[in-house]
Amino acid sequence: MLDLTYESPKPKTIAGATGDWELVIGLEVHAQVASQAKLFSGASTTFGAEPNSNVSFVDAAMPGMLPVINEFCVAQAVRTGLGLKAAINLWSAFDRKNYFYPDLPQGYQISQLYHPIVGEGEVLVDMGPGVARMVRIERIHLEQDAGKSIHDMDPHMSFVDLNRTGVALMEIVSRPDIRGPEEAAAYVGKLRQIMRYLGTCDGNMQNGNLRADVNVSVCRPGDYEKYQATQDFSHLGTRCEIKNMNSMRFIQQAIEYEARRQIALIEDGKEVVQETRLYDPDKGETRSMRSKEEAHDYRYFPCPDLLPLEIEQGWVDDIAASLPELPDAKRERFVTDYGMTEYDASVLTAEVESAAFFEEVARGRDGKLAANWVINELFGRLKKEDLSIADSPVSAAQLGGIIELIGKGDISGKIAKDLFEIVWTEGGDPAAIVEERGMKQVTDTGAIEAEVDRVIAENPAQVEKAKSNPKLAGWFVGQVMKATGGKANPKAVNDLVAAKLGL
Amino acid sequence: MTDLNALTIAEARDKLRAGDITSVDLTEACLTAVEGSGALNAVVHSTAEIARAQADAADQRLKAGDAPDMCGIPLGIKDLFCTEGVASQAASGILNGFKPEYESTVTRQLFDAGAVMVGKLNMDEFAMGSSNETSVYGNVVNPWRGADDTPLTPGGSSGGSASAVAADLCLAATGTDTGGSIRQPAAFVGITGLKPTYGRVSRWGIIAFASSLDQAGPMTKTVRDSAIMLKAMAGHDPMDSTSADIPVPDFEAMLTGDIKGQTIGIPREYRMDGMPDEIEALWAEGRAMLEDAGAKIVDISLPHTKYALPAYYVIAPAEASSNLARYDGVRYGHRAKLGQGDGVTEMYEKTRAEGFGAEVKRRVMVGTYVLSAGFYDAYYNRARKVRALIKKDFDDAFAAGVDAILTPATPSAAFPLGQEFDDPVQMYLNDVFTVTVNLAGLPGIAVPAGLDQNGLPLGLQLIGKPWEEGALMNVAQAIEDRAGFVSKPAKWW
Repeated sequence: MLDLTYESPKPKTIAGATGDWELVIGLEVHAQVASQAKLFSGASTTFGAEPNSNVSFVDAAMPGMLPVINEFCVAQAVRTGLGLKAAINLWSAFDRKNYFYPDLPQGYQISQLYHPIVGEGEVLVDMGPGVARMVRIERIHLEQDAGKSIHDMDPHMSFVDLNRTGVALMEIVSRPDIRGPEEAAAYVGKLRQIMRYLGTCDGNMQNGNLRADVNVSVCRPGDYEKYQATQDFSHLGTRCEIKNMNSMRFIQQAIEYEARRQIALIEDGKEVVQETRLYDPDKGETRSMRSKEEAHDYRYFPCPDLLPLEIEQGWVDDIAASLPELPDAKRERFVTDYGMTEYDASVLTAEVESAAFFEEVARGRDGKLAANWVINELFGRLKKEDLSIADSPVSAAQLGGIIELIGKGDISGKIAKDLFEIVWTEGGDPAAIVEERGMKQVTDTGAIEAEVDRVIAENPAQVEKAKSNPKLAGWFVGQVMKATGGKANPKAVNDLVAAKLGL
Repeated sequence: MTDLNALTIAEARDKLRAGDITSVDLTEACLTAVEGSGALNAVVHSTAEIARAQADAADQRLKAGDAPDMCGIPLGIKDLFCTEGVASQAASGILNGFKPEYESTVTRQLFDAGAVMVGKLNMDEFAMGSSNETSVYGNVVNPWRGADDTPLTPGGSSGGSASAVAADLCLAATGTDTGGSIRQPAAFVGITGLKPTYGRVSRWGIIAFASSLDQAGPMTKTVRDSAIMLKAMAGHDPMDSTSADIPVPDFEAMLTGDIKGQTIGIPREYRMDGMPDEIEALWAEGRAMLEDAGAKIVDISLPHTKYALPAYYVIAPAEASSNLARYDGVRYGHRAKLGQGDGVTEMYEKTRAEGFGAEVKRRVMVGTYVLSAGFYDAYYNRARKVRALIKKDFDDAFAAGVDAILTPATPSAAFPLGQEFDDPVQMYLNDVFTVTVNLAGLPGIAVPAGLDQNGLPLGLQLIGKPWEEGALMNVAQAIEDRAGFVSKPAKWW
């Protein structure tokens, strides 16, 4: 795979009363595994089902029920690991994380503390053309999601919906390599993009299928470099963890607020206390959820109901062979193969569907022209009408047809826009529409010449003026275009007008 | 003619197939015995209606001539097994009123083979105990009585199963064994009890105590019956990830009683300080019986034996503390009445305080402690290492040519009810000969071999190689053949 050359972005600095501060950020991203069935129970994972309808005896932790691993979810985790260029552990194991909560029927979450299925990897987070942050992945492990407690349906009772209980999650843990709120959001965005390419997580943050816990600390300029050189965390500040955020905007706001809160504490001569905090988007602030002293003792131990998970290298190799082209490689190829800018390539490869759409439009045609049309006309229009690429009224074949007509000189760019509008609203084959509605550009110089001659003959005064002021040639061109209903080839008109006026 | 309920499985099978008796008659005999057994407190839920329907269906199958071995055989089912639509409470108050909507794999397999369920059997709460005194239903009484008629414990945790089989309330019963819960009670009532290799029998639908140790097995009147019943209980279950995908042989066909040339190990570490002379003598008799059968007896060493009991009482409570977290009053079973202002924490605390008995609470607390931050390595992790060493002791012995290992089953005969109830450490010592087998995942069998000076049964334990229950039972058969244990408790109940 090709690596784009890039330089690292500058860390975000915040000016405090006593000098500048830098941010150090690490994320734990919880990505719901795209799977029809849960991690250990075989129950459905359909979102939005009636409360407590996707619940098996295992999910409800009925007495004597036992978990059985869902092989597909394991394959999805391996696929994700490979997509993040990570080490796959052929031997991993499940542990129980014990705590009491009504939406956790077993009284423990089955997770992988000691031996995760995926080890170290890396993600290149793009921060603009030529600027990117390489974020190291520490590990990815598989675990069960909890259910949902509902506290606002009754003044005296809480309700529990177990539909999500036992759904497979991948927890993707980064190293503290992220240096600003925008980078954090871009990192989540890049993970989301890669997993959507891989088909391992739908990335739907609104439904909670992608959530992040963010660890934030602050340090003085220069301290982070000491940490980098030694991997000694004592060079960094005390961190706080902001739990469970499912919006890129909130992630950025929470980091910004939390960093400023920590700086204010330190500059006041107080200490940052290591704790878990929650972000309140209404108030725009974080607040303490539980301190280190109140932290649960999860009493992790190997889950005795499950044997260690052993997978074969051949199976991993098969998954590796089935990986699609990933965003970085695709973007690089678009720049190289189609001669487009890195920016355009980024836009086109943001979603695998857009990239595929573009490639179908560009196949055998002018790639740069295709990129312009897809980005400016199609994406612009889709955005305006709040449609996804999958719902585009203009298909790749139709847009390709329009571009082909431009390329052949059959229509001008202006006519092409009219044609795009017709195809968007009425559908149909672009070539046939051009034919039927007489939209074809006139390239027959004889016909154009006759029209030029007519305009010159009818406007002797303008001809005189033009001879001393060649800029007026444009007026003649406009008259000819008007007379031909815009179908005359503009270049041919230009050339003829100039020749006839002797310019 | 013997009472029908006193038959063995093998005898009943042959008579049923020959058409000499019907399952309905056999079942009625057991149900009548159950009705008259209140003083034993072995049966906590009679399932007479289900039994009669099953017996009827079994007779149809027998008539059709394609009946499996267990067809028409009345069994008692330990309360730890989830039985569909029938109270399954693990003898705990916290599962008050719980009737599962599913059938455990073991009982489903038995019922599919035509077996009949006469009732659910008493046990120690969540299988935690060695005297069947921790049950929410009250203690079980051993049908055997001492010289002065003192009521005795049947052992535990499968005390109801032991008592029911010894008192002929059923032909056999299911048991479960986490640290000796099949073998110790079997020895205390003079019956045979087999703990299979871990993974031989599915745990699905059996209420969990300590998942890495729990294993269900048969409790029967003879070794042959254990062979017949194990075949029906065993087999790979895709619903249990720890269940082994290994073929189930015809165990009964392996009971030739011929053990000539086999090597039997006698582990010196099982000779405990203060062990009663009677146990010592019984062990020597067992050795002589096997020699008589043509086996070669060798003294062996299992050096880490003395660490087994402490390791067991770390690992089992650790797993139990986690397994029992689900009993929280949210979804099923007991939920405490809450007071004004009580929240979810109070609901947990009150529910669990009311629902669990003292021994369960003790083990949940011990388990929580040994898993907690700062103590995990000193207790749980160390216990796991001990466990690996204990397994290695056995592996080494088998690798050196030992075919089976002979030990006493228990350090004493059945003791009086109440005698050890207030002394948990003394109570835990009951498992001293049996826990090693669970820690190593091996098959072990208790077989009655004699009576003590008060006329109470004593058992010997044989420990076998993994997956070789057939060979193990064949050695047990050699003991059974020579011990000639035919004593029955005199009926007083």
